[in-house]
Amino acid sequence: MSQALLIARREIGAYVRSPLGAIVIAGALLIDGIYFYWKGLTDKLVSAQVLSEFFYGASGTTMIAGIVLAMRLLAEERQTGSITLLNTSPIKDSEIVLGKFVSAFGVLALMTLFTLYMPLLIFVNGKVSVGHIVVGYSGLLLLGAASLAIGLFASAVAKSQVVAALLGALILAPLVLLWAVAKAVDPPLNRVLSSLAIHHENFRPFMNGILELDGVVYYLAVTYVFLLAATKTLEARRWR
Amino acid sequence: MIEISELYKYYGDRRAVGPLSASIEKGEIIGLLGLNGAGKTTTLRILACDLLPTSGAVRVGGLDVVESPHEVRKRIGYLPDTPPVYAEMTVEDYLTFAARLRGVSGGDVEKRVDEALEQTETVAERDRPIGALSHGFRQRVGIAQAIVHKPELVVLDEPISGLDPVQIVEMRELVRSLGGEHTVVVSSHILSEIHETCDRILVIRDGEIVASGTEKELSQQLLSGMRLSLTLRVGKDGHARAGQLLSGVAGVTGVELSAEALPGAGADVAQFRLRLARDTREELTRAVVDAGFGLLELTRGERELESVFLELAKSVDETATRKKKKRKKAAEAAPPAEEEAS
Repeated sequence: MSQALLIARREIGAYVRSPLGAIVIAGALLIDGIYFYWKGLTDKLVSAQVLSEFFYGASGTTMIAGIVLAMRLLAEERQTGSITLLNTSPIKDSEIVLGKFVSAFGVLALMTLFTLYMPLLIFVNGKVSVGHIVVGYSGLLLLGAASLAIGLFASAVAKSQVVAALLGALILAPLVLLWAVAKAVDPPLNRVLSSLAIHHENFRPFMNGILELDGVVYYLAVTYVFLLAATKTLEARRWR
Repeated sequence: MIEISELYKYYGDRRAVGPLSASIEKGEIIGLLGLNGAGKTTTLRILACDLLPTSGAVRVGGLDVVESPHEVRKRIGYLPDTPPVYAEMTVEDYLTFAARLRGVSGGDVEKRVDEALEQTETVAERDRPIGALSHGFRQRVGIAQAIVHKPELVVLDEPISGLDPVQIVEMRELVRSLGGEHTVVVSSHILSEIHETCDRILVIRDGEIVASGTEKELSQQLLSGMRLSLTLRVGKDGHARAGQLLSGVAGVTGVELSAEALPGAGADVAQFRLRLARDTREELTRAVVDAGFGLLELTRGERELESVFLELAKSVDETATRKKKKRKKAAEAAPPAEEEAS
């Protein structure tokens, strides 16, 4: 466990020293800000709707940020050969994956924290419940964790960072679009598909300030499954 | 210290290593010598617990690399062909990270890092980012990370490749200085680079150890007996007769007529290369003179190790293909028959 934290600390250092972390955070804040101004700050909506609209926009940037932040985690190490240091040290592959995940999640959480000024702006001319804000942010962080896990798995599989990003997007996009597929199929399959969609049915309650256990379990399960897959990918690489 | 028995590694259907058996004593510096693609890196990666073997056993300090990889990894320092460094970290930060990763206890980390910096003479570079270092210094940092946790075994994959002549000398001294305290396995495809550094050389070819020993033992093993070069005045058409005469002398195991014409000599002069099982120079000269040939020159062949190495690679290649052909023929003649042990 302490070894996972050691790796996480080094990774956070790498995010700070390379421009990637700053670029992702700045880009996400810019897009969130524009979206909030465009969709949220209109007089047609009541305060709670503005907040929901903000979380909807932020969920998109969070997913993209998750994939982009995670793409380098293992693919870059394989490209430069530094992964050998980790592979020949007395640490478990699960600790490598966990350390990498924790570091990227830290950066993503920081990025999410920086958006807090937008919900607070609502208080200038309106009123929303703190509970709505907390639940919405929990949803963003859970969705971000799931996207990061998907990106990390892609980074474990791919040989280069570009391929990792594309592969991550290729896994994430169908998961988002499952709700549209669900509309086109008959019951009971449509229920299964829409429950599996990473955004629509699982995220909307968070967005509107409703904490549902289904969504929490779903995001934690997706995160766990992809982190496990990344670990198994690393283990399998020792045979090749 | 290291026991390798019947090690095999397949990449898909392709055999990269095997059957490979070797034993290495504590404190030895071992050179693993082979041409590119001979299976050096694969062998070293298995030793360093980076890669799992297909079959066979590798034991480091009595511990099996497959059964207890974590224990083995604590005892091993590994420098792969490209140093596993993070370009954005400073040398000191990187070594501290590597030491902690290898389980060096908190209080010892600083001391170990200082020692590794000193041993690899990188103290002056400690605050520089690794990305800004030259190739030679990066290689040194690579060695520093391999020794920072004081491992029993240090595995270095071609540490000398790509260095300039001054750096090569320094690197040799560095590797030499690791012996005694550590057991060192260092690979190379250039013999002259490692024969001075290593106590013992293992020659690897097609994933198999084809020879092992010190430089002296290797050349004796291979060039059993002696090699001579003999220049004779044989007359216009005495070449064949001279050849027969030479191969008729007791102790001569091989005669070869040199194809190229000697500079400044006429067509009546021939040069022969001889292999002798023992020293028969006197009998040879007597036989030549008695037969009426003029003895112009007799020189002992060079025993340079590089040629031994090439010879070894070649001869093994030839015997291997010969064996394969034999087996093929045998298999064609009697398909169900089992392969003979060779």
